[in-house]
Amino acid sequence: MAVDPSLAGRSFPPTPPYQVTRERIAEFAAATGSTYDGGPAPATFPIVVAFGAMTALMEDPSVGIELHHVVHGEQRFGYTRPVVAGDELTATLTVDTLRQLGGADIIGTRSEIVDAAGQPVCTAYATLVHKGEQP
Amino acid sequence: MTVPLEACTALPEQRFRITRADLVRYAGASGDRNPIHWSDRVARSVGLPGVIAHGMLTMALAARAVDTWAGGPGRIRELGCKFTKPVVVPDDGEGATLIVGGTVQEVTDDVVRITLDVRCAGEKVLGMPKAVLARG
Repeated sequence: MAVDPSLAGRSFPPTPPYQVTRERIAEFAAATGSTYDGGPAPATFPIVVAFGAMTALMEDPSVGIELHHVVHGEQRFGYTRPVVAGDELTATLTVDTLRQLGGADIIGTRSEIVDAAGQPVCTAYATLVHKGEQP
Repeated sequence: MTVPLEACTALPEQRFRITRADLVRYAGASGDRNPIHWSDRVARSVGLPGVIAHGMLTMALAARAVDTWAGGPGRIRELGCKFTKPVVVPDDGEGATLIVGGTVQEVTDDVVRITLDVRCAGEKVLGMPKAVLARG
């Protein structure tokens, strides 16, 4: 099953607000071998919020993605400011690009992550490679 | 800032060990519970040699190396890479070792651009990994 060709340009609803607590940051920092000193969260921490938006895309039955055939091809972050404890973050995902390459759908996504005031915090770009069924 | 402000400077290499226990911890902290990161059976069923590390864990460790060079977290303005080779993590207590190197590519009035080199078992595992740090 191929991905819906009209997916390019489509935006998805914002994810539910994610409460960034000291405990959440400390747990993420510990899982990546560092310690949390109460300051900025680790640079890749926003993936936790973006991942929610990416999962919603992949599980949307109208999109036609089969979860087991998805590989994370590329990831980029652009930061307006670091994430800190006390932030309430939501991610809004847009499919920027969709192309086919060797039987795979290459899905370029952009998740705009904003705080409770709607101010930008981080933009997470993920390229998802959706491999079709082998004949 | 501890990063030398001169282009072409090689940054001190950093090593990180990844064990199966680290993968479990990262799955919990990140919410990515894909079984290819904890089940050899599922990993092999999709053609992998065994359980592999989350690409985002490898990227997180590369970002840690950048933070160390920068003298602390919070200075990264951009971070990006491709996930080109899986990091296979054997269930042997030793795990896998990542080696993260870096080179200062460009220094402007505002930012320092760094290209990274992230390897496991002698092979590059991230494609075109790079970071942009705020100066000052």
